Amino acid sequence: MSEFPLLSSIVFLPLVGAILLYLFPGFGPRQDPESRAVRAFSMVVTLITFVLSLLLWGGFNPQNTGYQFVENKIWLPSFGITYHVGLDGISLFLVLLTTFLMPIVVLASNSVEKKVRGYLASMLVLQSAMLGTLVALDMFLFYIFWELMLAPMYFIIGVWGGKRRIYAALKFVLYTVFGSVLMLVGIFYLVWAYYQQHGVVTFGLESLARFNGLSVQEEVWLFAAFALAFCIKVPVFPFHTWLPDAHVEAPTGGSVVLAGVMLKMGLYGLIRLAYPLFPRAAELFTPYLAGLAVIGVVYGAMVAWAQKDIKKLVAYSSVSHLGYCVLGFVAFNTVSAAGSIYQMLNHGISTGALFLLVGVLYDRRHTREISEYGGLAARVPIFAFLFLVFTLSSIALPLTNGFIGEFLILAGSFQELPGFTIVAVAGVVLGAVYMLTLYMKTMYGEIDEAKNGALTDVSMRELVTFAPLLALVFIMGIYPKPFLNALEPTIKNYIRVVEERRQMLKSSAPMRTRQVAEDQAADEKISSVSDKSKTALDALIVKRSKV
Amino acid sequence: MVPITHYLILALLMFSIGVVGVIVRRNAIVVFMCIELMLNSVNLTFVAFSKQWGNLDGQIAVFFVMVVAAAEAAIGLAIILSVFRAGQSIETSDAAELKF
Amino acid sequence: MNQAAISATIWPIAFFPLLGALLAYVLGRKERDWAGIIATAASALSFLWVVKLVWALPEAHYFEDQLFQWISLADLKVDFTFRVDQLSAVMCMVVTGVGTLIHLYSTAYMHEDEGRHRFFAYLNLFMFSMLLLVLGGNLMVLFIGWEGVGLCSYLLIGFWFKNLAYAAAGRKAFVVNRIGDAGFLLGIFLLLHLVGTTDFVALQPAIMSGNVALGTDFYTLVALCLFVGACGKSAQIPLFVWLPDAMAGPTPVSALIHAATMVTAGVYMLARMGFLFVLAPAALAVVLVVAVATAFVAATTALTQYDIKKVLAYSTVSQLGFMFMAAAAGAFWVAIFHVVTHAFFKACLFLGAGSVIHGCHHEQDMRHMGGLYKKMPITCITYGVSVLAIAGIFFFSGYQSKHAILGALEHWHNPHLKEWIEYILILVKFTAFLTAFYMTRSFVMTFLGEYRGHAHPHESPWPMTVPLIVLAVLGAFGGLALSGSLGFSLEHYLAALNFGAAAEHHHESIAAALINSWTGLLGVGLAFVMYTQLKELPGMFLRLVPPLSKLLSGKYYFDELYGAIIVRPLEGLAAFLWKVVDQGMIDGMVNGTAAFVDATGELRRITQTGQLRYYALMLFGATVFFIIFYYVL
Repeated sequence: MSEFPLLSSIVFLPLVGAILLYLFPGFGPRQDPESRAVRAFSMVVTLITFVLSLLLWGGFNPQNTGYQFVENKIWLPSFGITYHVGLDGISLFLVLLTTFLMPIVVLASNSVEKKVRGYLASMLVLQSAMLGTLVALDMFLFYIFWELMLAPMYFIIGVWGGKRRIYAALKFVLYTVFGSVLMLVGIFYLVWAYYQQHGVVTFGLESLARFNGLSVQEEVWLFAAFALAFCIKVPVFPFHTWLPDAHVEAPTGGSVVLAGVMLKMGLYGLIRLAYPLFPRAAELFTPYLAGLAVIGVVYGAMVAWAQKDIKKLVAYSSVSHLGYCVLGFVAFNTVSAAGSIYQMLNHGISTGALFLLVGVLYDRRHTREISEYGGLAARVPIFAFLFLVFTLSSIALPLTNGFIGEFLILAGSFQELPGFTIVAVAGVVLGAVYMLTLYMKTMYGEIDEAKNGALTDVSMRELVTFAPLLALVFIMGIYPKPFLNALEPTIKNYIRVVEERRQMLKSSAPMRTRQVAEDQAADEKISSVSDKSKTALDALIVKRSKV
Repeated sequence: MVPITHYLILALLMFSIGVVGVIVRRNAIVVFMCIELMLNSVNLTFVAFSKQWGNLDGQIAVFFVMVVAAAEAAIGLAIILSVFRAGQSIETSDAAELKF
Repeated sequence: MNQAAISATIWPIAFFPLLGALLAYVLGRKERDWAGIIATAASALSFLWVVKLVWALPEAHYFEDQLFQWISLADLKVDFTFRVDQLSAVMCMVVTGVGTLIHLYSTAYMHEDEGRHRFFAYLNLFMFSMLLLVLGGNLMVLFIGWEGVGLCSYLLIGFWFKNLAYAAAGRKAFVVNRIGDAGFLLGIFLLLHLVGTTDFVALQPAIMSGNVALGTDFYTLVALCLFVGACGKSAQIPLFVWLPDAMAGPTPVSALIHAATMVTAGVYMLARMGFLFVLAPAALAVVLVVAVATAFVAATTALTQYDIKKVLAYSTVSQLGFMFMAAAAGAFWVAIFHVVTHAFFKACLFLGAGSVIHGCHHEQDMRHMGGLYKKMPITCITYGVSVLAIAGIFFFSGYQSKHAILGALEHWHNPHLKEWIEYILILVKFTAFLTAFYMTRSFVMTFLGEYRGHAHPHESPWPMTVPLIVLAVLGAFGGLALSGSLGFSLEHYLAALNFGAAAEHHHESIAAALINSWTGLLGVGLAFVMYTQLKELPGMFLRLVPPLSKLLSGKYYFDELYGAIIVRPLEGLAAFLWKVVDQGMIDGMVNGTAAFVDATGELRRITQTGQLRYYALMLFGATVFFIIFYYVL
């Protein structure tokens, strides 16, 4: 491993780019009225980030199950806060997904007309925050990045969004903050409990994940606090209602990032924090989480079916798809968990592409009502083809990426939670129903709106935007091996570690805190003293009676 | 020697006049003067007790109060002046724009 | 499977159509006519490769082609493997052979269509998927093909997508198939969970050895799950409703996908997994009941249809029922036998119908046809031969396979339904009679009598008639050729499908055979007389029992029933979940929390008057209150 801080440069490069966008006068609105330079510069930054992240994959050793590319620097020593980042197989692919989607988002930013510099700067800050969340190995650092994701997204929705953008942005932020504040309390409680036992303040994830001083009761409460924050972010039914509003109001790029990466942060948090820290509580919560996930699968699909707005339909389909991911993870075996990670990538690609497609339509017609469209296949064949491919990927047709993820999740979950899985399989059917209904209503039939007759097919630039996504749909569907090979050792190890820890915690009744331990010791002393005196008394009585 | 009760009654009267003035009057200068009156009633109490117990602590406290009152007067009068400049009035009821 | 593997190059069989699909689409965009030529050539190349392999396939061996590892994760290993054993060989021959003929036919049938490059691309893509299905060495590769053919079927049914009803028919086909696929997937999960593999070569000994302590219930469960999948794909009750609607697609598609190949995928899968099904007699009994019910319901529905393609569609559903009966009796080779002969004569019938539709300028209603034997002699003769074949008249191919099915049912040795088999046989024979009847009816209404339409019918060009002739010849003699009379016995060839259910073999005299085909003869004769001589009779029959005729012409109201008990309630539920639960309750709670905070804030605002004196009063009052509270009280 080189001394060069590769991971940090990937995380902070976009942030530096965002600052440079404002520092260099050449990017100002007067010098760059068309925002060409701004777009080009952001493109270069995101592309460099992507190339650097490919180096990560190149240097990643799948057989090494620990964290790689680790950087550990003391930051705020008096609070035990460190700058500790690292990468394992799980975060590797989510990092790659983020860096892969960002150039596409920048490319799709042509539909943004006002304040392009601010838009792209927000995107770059957002990218840094997301990448930071994915690689942070210190709870404090994690929380900072986690909250940092909110601000740029708030602006992206609130400034560049649709008609009800203020409502949507406020709902998004308040809802998410509500969850994460509880998580913050949880973090502090955990750190405090650790301090009680070990006399050391630390926010380091690796130390806290070895902490064994919590009672089951405490674990349950802490897990609930963490899980609530993450479930809101995923979003798990019934915490999902911010999502359709945010998606509908967000600009195309915002929707792509939101669906493509940000939703995964919820499940990632569950994976990285909640399960390793509180394994016993996680086990207790499994049926509830699985139940909510399965409800989400079916419910999301049903509600998606009833939608009249394309973007809202795709948003609800996200609820359904993320339900699969959560189910796959909580089923907690290698196959289903790997499928869950894989499905997160798939969802980023296919749903991201679907949002981009909706954006293409919206740019031309300025409406997202399904009823406004119809018969487009005859008018825009290439668009119809792309739409078909991503629809099929979304409904998990074999040889597209979606199938691998969904199959792994269901096949794996079936071994652990057969009842839930059977219900989730119904989602396979419902997915076909709502997506094909959408496809039929927009693409098939006669062109009845005069405006649709004048639609132009996808431009070269848009085609370039879709090409990498299209390629990945088939590559990941036909030859998933490189991805699965890199995932498998990490996930196996992850599951083994969590289960061993769970067993360990279950078998040894843990000391609550040092205080309690001392109390218990004192109690024992007293009781032993009284035992002694009792035996002495008995002996005396025996003596007396003999006399 | 005047018993302490007399001082206290006087202080109470001064304080009450101050309170009523703050509540009832609208002119910011008068309100301001009433606040000074209240502060001085407290000062009087401090000094009275100081003499009563033969202890200088109360008199020291009075110095602090006087310093605070002087600082307050400086800032308060400045505020009143700028309020007057902004609204051509020193009526407190006119300076109610900042309510949410 | 006591067979040995020989490694061979199999992938080109599937690759040619895939390449053909890409080229047909890309080059066809420039020059529409190239698409048909490319696609036909790709299909023909594939056929030649199949012939080459099948020719070289030794007895008791199979060819294997391991391409790459598809999924490999923990214990889950799925190889992308192609295998050609005798069963796959038969299916491949049918798929590529009949497929090539239909491609050729389509070049003429579609020659005016603006989107024919898409058509041929889809058609070749279908060939690719279907070949994956029959070549796949494990259930997963089979499943790729299984879903792939469903997709192509969807695309081709909705080929004329400007008509929204056609597009909806495509969607219906896909969704109903998906219901079946969900069952199929559950079957795969069960197998993966309890046996750990879906590879046929590994699965068969694992299941048959009995080493897996899984028990009959497990076999029954898996078999039923897989059968749900087969029901979807092969259009059996209760999932058959999509097939009649699928006739919205161009007629060659109906011939290839919805008659000869894709719909038989379910039968193929049952045969492929036969070793499992024979261990689950209860499941086989379910298969039999479903198959007989489907055959009967579809046959009676076909009696009253006037759309020539709808008649053929219901006939296909009914014949698929016959195939499943054979499978239910454990005689899987018989099922495949009927798949093969059915592919010949039903493809010929559909292509003939297509030729008629083409000649009559897109008229499908038989009431506007008639007398076409003069205008379209080749079509008429080939259609007639195929009618005799499907009717099961000796010596046409349908006789051999149908007779074998009845023979298999007579040797029903399953403990379930043992006492009912006599009655079931009567029903099956009656259905066979109905088959002959409605097919003859369609023949008479189309080709005999006087022309009742207004178009100017004409015979079709050679690319359409040649496939008709070839298929008619196969339909006439194919059965005899495969039944051992000419030295080749399909039963012997497919001996590996004989899982302990040895069927008695007996040669019969021609006279006996003619007597055995009495149901067919009766049906043909009766229909012929009724529709040529006593034209009033059918109408009288229908008027005699009005509810029955209404039930039949209403197709047993399956679509209406499903609409009323499944589709519309679900749609209602979806709207309810969205409007009431999601927007009303869940989001209502979220927004309600916000509104509550807002309202309490609004209340607090009242106290903020901005009046200094008021604040001072509050301050003083509060001080007094606390002093009293603490010191006085």
